[in-house]
Amino acid sequence: MNKIIEKQQLSETVFKFVVEAPLIAKSRKPGNFVILRIGEKGERIPLTIVDSDLEKGTITLIVQTVGATSAKLCKLNTGDFITDLVGPLGKATHVSKVGTLLAMGGGVGNAPLLPIVKAFKEAGNRVITVLAARNKDLIILEDEMRKYSDELIVMTDDGSSGRKGLVTDGAEEVIKREKIDECIAIGPAIMMKFAAMLTKKYNIPTQCSLNTIMVDGTGMCGACRVTVGGETKFTCVDGPEFDAHKIDFDELLKRLGAYKKEETEAKNH
Amino acid sequence: MTENTDKLEQERNESWRAELRNSMPMKDRVAIERVKMNEIPPEERIKSQTCEVNTGLTEEQAVLEAKRCMDCPKPTCIEGCPVNINIPKFIKNIERKNFAAAAATLKDYSSLPAVCGRVCPQEKQCEAKCSYLKMKKEPVAIGYLERFAADYERTSGNTQIPKINAPNGIKVGAIGSGPSSLSFAGDMIKLGYDVTVFEALHAIGGVLKYGIPEFRLPNAVVDAELDNLARMGVKFEKNFVVGRTASFEDLKEAGYKAFYVGSGAGLPNFMNIPGENLNGVMSSNEYLTRVNLMCANCDDTDTPVMHGKVVAVVGGGNTAMDSVRTAKRLGAERAIIIYRRSREEMPARLEEVKHAIEEGIEFLNLHNPIEYLPNAEGRVAKVRLQKMELGEPDASGRRKPVPIEGAIEEIDIDIAVVAIGVSPNPLIPACLKGIKVTRKGTIEVCEETMQSALPEIFAGGDIVRGGATVILAMGDGRKAASAMHDYLSKK
Ligand SMILES: Cc1cc2nc3c(=O)[nH]c(=O)nc-3n(C[C@H](O)[C@H](O)[C@H](O)COP(=O)(O)OP(=O)(O)OC[C@H]3O[C@@H](n4cnc5c(N)ncnc54)[C@H](O)[C@@H]3O)c2cc1C
Ligand SMILES: Cc1cc2nc3c(=O)[nH]c(=O)nc-3n(C[C@H](O)[C@H](O)[C@H](O)COP(=O)(O)OP(=O)(O)OC[C@H]3O[C@@H](n4cnc5c(N)ncnc54)[C@H](O)[C@@H]3O)c2cc1C
Ligand code: SF4
Ligand code: SF4
Ligand code: FES
Repeated sequence: MNKIIEKQQLSETVFKFVVEAPLIAKSRKPGNFVILRIGEKGERIPLTIVDSDLEKGTITLIVQTVGATSAKLCKLNTGDFITDLVGPLGKATHVSKVGTLLAMGGGVGNAPLLPIVKAFKEAGNRVITVLAARNKDLIILEDEMRKYSDELIVMTDDGSSGRKGLVTDGAEEVIKREKIDECIAIGPAIMMKFAAMLTKKYNIPTQCSLNTIMVDGTGMCGACRVTVGGETKFTCVDGPEFDAHKIDFDELLKRLGAYKKEETEAKNH
Repeated sequence: MTENTDKLEQERNESWRAELRNSMPMKDRVAIERVKMNEIPPEERIKSQTCEVNTGLTEEQAVLEAKRCMDCPKPTCIEGCPVNINIPKFIKNIERKNFAAAAATLKDYSSLPAVCGRVCPQEKQCEAKCSYLKMKKEPVAIGYLERFAADYERTSGNTQIPKINAPNGIKVGAIGSGPSSLSFAGDMIKLGYDVTVFEALHAIGGVLKYGIPEFRLPNAVVDAELDNLARMGVKFEKNFVVGRTASFEDLKEAGYKAFYVGSGAGLPNFMNIPGENLNGVMSSNEYLTRVNLMCANCDDTDTPVMHGKVVAVVGGGNTAMDSVRTAKRLGAERAIIIYRRSREEMPARLEEVKHAIEEGIEFLNLHNPIEYLPNAEGRVAKVRLQKMELGEPDASGRRKPVPIEGAIEEIDIDIAVVAIGVSPNPLIPACLKGIKVTRKGTIEVCEETMQSALPEIFAGGDIVRGGATVILAMGDGRKAASAMHDYLSKK
C-alpha cells in the first residue's frame, strides 16, 4: 500500500509525488487532504490531495520542505513506501457556478489551489488566477494553472517572472477592472490575511484554506482550532476552508508558531 | 447477561469448591489483611512515562488474598461487575493455584481481563458490592486478582485460543478499534464470522493506546490481546476512516452484511472562556495523544510536545489525572489539578488519585478557570480562577459547586491542559441517513440488542454512552455480537 509511483522536482524545495492509494483516489473531492507519517517514529502531517487518477488508483501530493517531516518525505524516491497515509479528510470545497472566480495562490499554496481552480473551471465559471512567489524559481504549477484559467497573472517580489509585486497588487487590478463574484486565496497565513483584507474592502465573498498545525486530522485533539466569526472551529473537520472575512488571522499566525522552538530542536538532532 | 443463579449455585457446589471452603475456617479468612499492591516508589517512577506504577501481586500474595474471599452463597460482587464475571469461581481457582483455570473463567466473560484488572473503577463496581464492606472491612482485591490471573496467562507463553466455529463466510465490520469493537470482534470471530476492524489512526486500540498512559496500562498488555485476536483471524485495517476512506455503501458493496459502530467519544470539550485558544492551552486528547500515540516525549521521534515548569490541568476525571501525572513525568516542577468540586467528588479512580498525591501532584479543588491571560509573545502565562463552594445536590446527586462572589485569584502557568470531558465523534452519525441520535449526539440503540434504527447497524461503547468505562464499552460489544448473530441467522 501507498507506494510512490512517481517523483518530480518542481522547484528547489518543492516536490511532486504520485502515490498508490486506490480507495482515497476514489472517494476524494477537491479541497480534501490526507495525513501521512514517514517511519515508525514519524510525525503526522497534512497535505492536500492535488489530483487523483481513478484508473491507476493514485493520488498526487505536492510538498514543500519546511521542517523535519516534509524533508523526510522529499528524500523518498519512486518505489519507496509511505508508512501511513489516511484520508480523504476535511470538508470538500463547495464548487458551484458563480460567474467569475478570482483565485490567489502564494508559494506552495498553489498546490491546494490547483484542484479548486480546476473544479470551478469545469463547473463552467470564468477563472482568473493570480500566482505569487518570492522569485521565478519558486513559482510552481504555472502550466497546470494556465490550463484551467481564462487568465493567469504571475507576480514575483523581485520581478524575475511576470510582474513585480505582491499577489494582492495583481488581484486588486483585476477587481478594479471587472466584476468578481467570488474569491479564493491559499498560501502562507500572512498572505491570506492581506488577501482577505483586500476582498473585504470590495465586499467579495472569499474562502481561505487554512494550514493549521494538526495531529490526528479527525477532530479528536483540537490542535487545529481557529476562531471563525467568534466561534472556535476545528480546521480538520469543520474546514479546511472558511469564510475569509470571519477568520481571526492574528490568532492563526500565533498558533502556527506554537511549536517553533520544539520543531527547531527536532530538525537539529 | 446475568447468569442464572442455578448455574452459579451448581458451580459453587462442585466438590473442589466445597472442599476449598471447608479447608479454612471463615474467621481465619476474614482475619487476613487485604493485600497491598506492589508499586515502584514515586520518586523513581516519575522519571519515566512508561514505567508501570503497579508491579502486580506475587503468587504467594495472590493465593493469600484469594483465601480472603468467602465464596459467598449470594456473591453480590457479581452484580457489581457490568459483565457479571463469576468472581468467586475465578478467585477460588487462584486459591487452589489453578491459575490457568482462573484466566479461562475470566475469558468466558471478558475479552480483556488484563486491561480491566488494571483500569476498572473497582471501588465503584465489583468491590463496592463485596460482602466484606458489610463487615466494615476492606473488600477482596478483585481487580488485583483479575490482573494477576490474566498476567499469569499472558506471561506463561501458552495463551489459550478459544474454540472457533467453522467459518461461515459472512463479512461483518467493526468501526473503531477501542475496547468495544475489540470485544465485539472477539465474539464474532468465535461464532465463525469474517470480521474486519477499521481504525482511523495508525495504531489499534482506541483510548487504550492514545489515551491511557503506559505507566497505568503498558502497550505490551494491549498488544498481547490484539495478537490473540489476530491469531483467531480478526483482520485489522488501520488508516481507514469509515465514512471517508470508504462509505458504508462501498463496504456493503464489498460484501459486508452488518456493522458494529464503536467509534468512541473522541471530540474534546472546551469551556469557551477567553484565552482558551492561546498557545500553551490544549485539550487532554492533544496532550496525551502527542505523548502516548506519538511518543513526543522520546528523543528520537519527530512529534513535539510542550514542556513547562508549571502545568495546570483542568478537570477531575481519569483523563485529568493521566494528563497531570504525564506533566510531572515530562519534568514539570508544579503539576496542578484544578477542579471545581471537592476532592471527594472527583470521578477519577481512587487509586489514581492516591498515586497522584504520592507523586507530588497539587490539588486546587473548588476552583474553576474563567480566563487565560497571555505573556508578551502571546503564550498563556496566567489562569484566572473563580473560587467555588458546594451548594445543593444536583441531578447527579453530587453537591453543585457555586461561585463565591468576588473570590478570584490568578496563578502563573506555562501550560494548561483542558480535561473536562469528550463528546461523541459526529462523523459516523452524520453519514448514516436514518440513524437516530440524541441531543448529545450519541447513537440511539435498543438497550437489549445494541441495534440502531438501521437494522444492519449496531453500536456501543462511548458513541452510545457518551463517555463511560472500558468494561461497559466491552459489555456493549459482547451484547451486540450475540444480537447481531441472531439478526444475521434469521435473515
Ligand atoms: C489542510 C492542510 C493542507 C496542507 N497542504 C499542503 C500541501 O499540499 N503542500 C505542502 O507543502 N504543505 C501543505 N500543508 C502544510 C504542511 O502540512 C506543513 O508544511 C507541514 O506540516 C510541515 O511539517 P514539517 O515537519 O516538515 O515541518 P515542521 O517541523 O512541523 O515545521 C517547520 C516550521 O514550519 C512551521 N509550520 C508548521 N506547520 C506549518 C504549516 N501547517 N504551515 C506553515 N508552516 C508551518 C513551524 O512553525 C515550524 O517553524 C498543509 C497544511 C494543512 C493544514
Ligand atoms: C485518558 C483517558 C483515561 C481513561 N481511563 C479510564 C480508566 O481508568 N478506566 C476506565 O474504565 N475507563 C477509562 N477511560 C474511558 C474509556 O477509555 C472509554 O470509555 C473506552 O475506551 C471507550 O471505548 P470505545 O471502544 O467505545 O471507544 P474508544 O476507545 O474511544 O475507541 C474508538 C476508536 O474509534 C476510532 N474511530 C472513530 N471514528 C472512526 C471512523 N469513522 N472510522 C474508523 N475508526 C474510527 C477512533 O480513532 C478510536 O481509536 C479513559 C478515557 C480516557 C480518554
Ligand atoms: S471486569 Fe472490572 S468490574 Fe468486573 S470483576 Fe473485573 S475488575 Fe471488577
Ligand atoms: S462478595 Fe466478596 S467475599 Fe463474597 S464471593 Fe464476592 S468477592 Fe468473595
Ligand atoms: S487535527 Fe486534531 S482535531 Fe483537528
